[in-house]
Amino acid sequence: MKLRKASAAAAAALVLSLTATACGGDNGDSNSGSGSDGGKKIKIGIKYDQPGLGLKEPDGSFSGFDVDVATYVAKQLGYNADQIDFVETKSADRENALARGDVKFIAATYSITDERKEKVDFAGPYLLAHQDLLIKSDSDISEATDLNGKNLCSVTGSTSAQNIHDKIAPKANLKEYSGYSECIAALQSGAVDAVTTDDSILAGFAAQEQYKGQFKLAGLKLSNENYGIGVKKGDTETVNKINAALEKMVSDKAWDKAVTDNFGPANYKNEPAPKIGVIVK
Amino acid sequence: MFDFLSDYDNPTLLGAFWMTVKLTFFSGIGSLIWGTLLAAMRVSPVPLMRGFGTAYVNIIRNIPLTVIIIFTSLGLANIFRVTMGSDDFKVQDFRLAILGFVTYTAAFVCEALRSGINTVPLGQAEAARAIGLTFSQTLRLIVLPQAFRSVIGPLANVLIALTKNTTVAAAIGVAEAAYLMKGMIENEAEVLLIGAIFAFGFVVLTLPTGLILGWLSKRLAVKR
Repeated sequence: MKLRKASAAAAAALVLSLTATACGGDNGDSNSGSGSDGGKKIKIGIKYDQPGLGLKEPDGSFSGFDVDVATYVAKQLGYNADQIDFVETKSADRENALARGDVKFIAATYSITDERKEKVDFAGPYLLAHQDLLIKSDSDISEATDLNGKNLCSVTGSTSAQNIHDKIAPKANLKEYSGYSECIAALQSGAVDAVTTDDSILAGFAAQEQYKGQFKLAGLKLSNENYGIGVKKGDTETVNKINAALEKMVSDKAWDKAVTDNFGPANYKNEPAPKIGVIVK
Repeated sequence: MFDFLSDYDNPTLLGAFWMTVKLTFFSGIGSLIWGTLLAAMRVSPVPLMRGFGTAYVNIIRNIPLTVIIIFTSLGLANIFRVTMGSDDFKVQDFRLAILGFVTYTAAFVCEALRSGINTVPLGQAEAARAIGLTFSQTLRLIVLPQAFRSVIGPLANVLIALTKNTTVAAAIGVAEAAYLMKGMIENEAEVLLIGAIFAFGFVVLTLPTGLILGWLSKRLAVKR
């Protein structure tokens, strides 16, 4: 009986604390949602672990192409750089983070696909990436068919890994790790001959200080990945605003600068800035 | 609602869970053997063996499993070129993962067994020595059989934990359930549904294990 009383009390406490936090949450939301009133914050989803695209530096600052695009877009929406909260959105959590309203939008190597479009709306695309191979600078791999029989590395569950064993080189000896860093380590030690994923991600890794000059991109264009900015389903207003911001970013050359700044020295040939709403299949 | 499941054939849903079962089975057998040896070391009269057993258990069970599994691949395979008898990554990763799981789980099997050995009354071992049995005979014929019967329950817990731990093998690319789940979440944008499917799969695997072994542990326990 005592136990039952205690658990009832605990449940009541839990409900109380939940409603209390819910109130707090509501207030927070309406603050950040009301936009350009000044002094307000915007939450943007990025990745923390992709050099060149979205990376959290040891000192707590953020760098990368996605970060630059997000900062530019936020500026156009009326938020200065110091009013942005970058939130980590891992691949598995992106749709829910948008649906819950945890973030206003997500710029995190988010390829526009039909399945995802059922759950979220996309602005952009703002970058056309291709699946590609990162190889050692002295490697002789030049075509996708060279891969059969070779040792190849990619990330568990990634679209690139699925492409390799479904279409591109079913006979390749595919090694899968949970992150790209492990793949790069395997490439460096010679355990694999190539690492595959989007060329922008690979270029970001290869441009890191400790790997300079060791790796190059094969330039194969094995797929088309249209990176879009994810927005909560139905929020057409934000989509339109972001699209306008992206167009401005391209027309005033800030886009080109962001590309060269972030993907530097890895033989990365970027595509011209994609047209808003044009998905390259 | 579930029609996307048919898009996956490398591995299929059943294939992925079958891989989970295979990982659990081989790692389970391996850790039972290695864990029993470790337990024997921990109660043996030779100080060096006792020391080794104690050190092994205390070090290994305090290393995160993910670290051990990633080490089998990045350390053993990539740097020391331990190929486990195959150049095919799929086979190699599977064997490396089992090696990692056995290394880790054996520490827990050892401790479960050692607690079982402690339930065997001292008189049993003394009687065995009195009729002239050696240490290994005492352990094999008298102590361990009674110890095993009293720790079926704890060993079932270790087995269930092992079943769930096999998901860590996705980190080095073994195509088991968690691996397929990652792929599905990447494509389908249906986190909750997919999560529920895989959670259900693991309940289907572990619940019967718990029920059957729980029943067995009641039947077989030595009544004292």
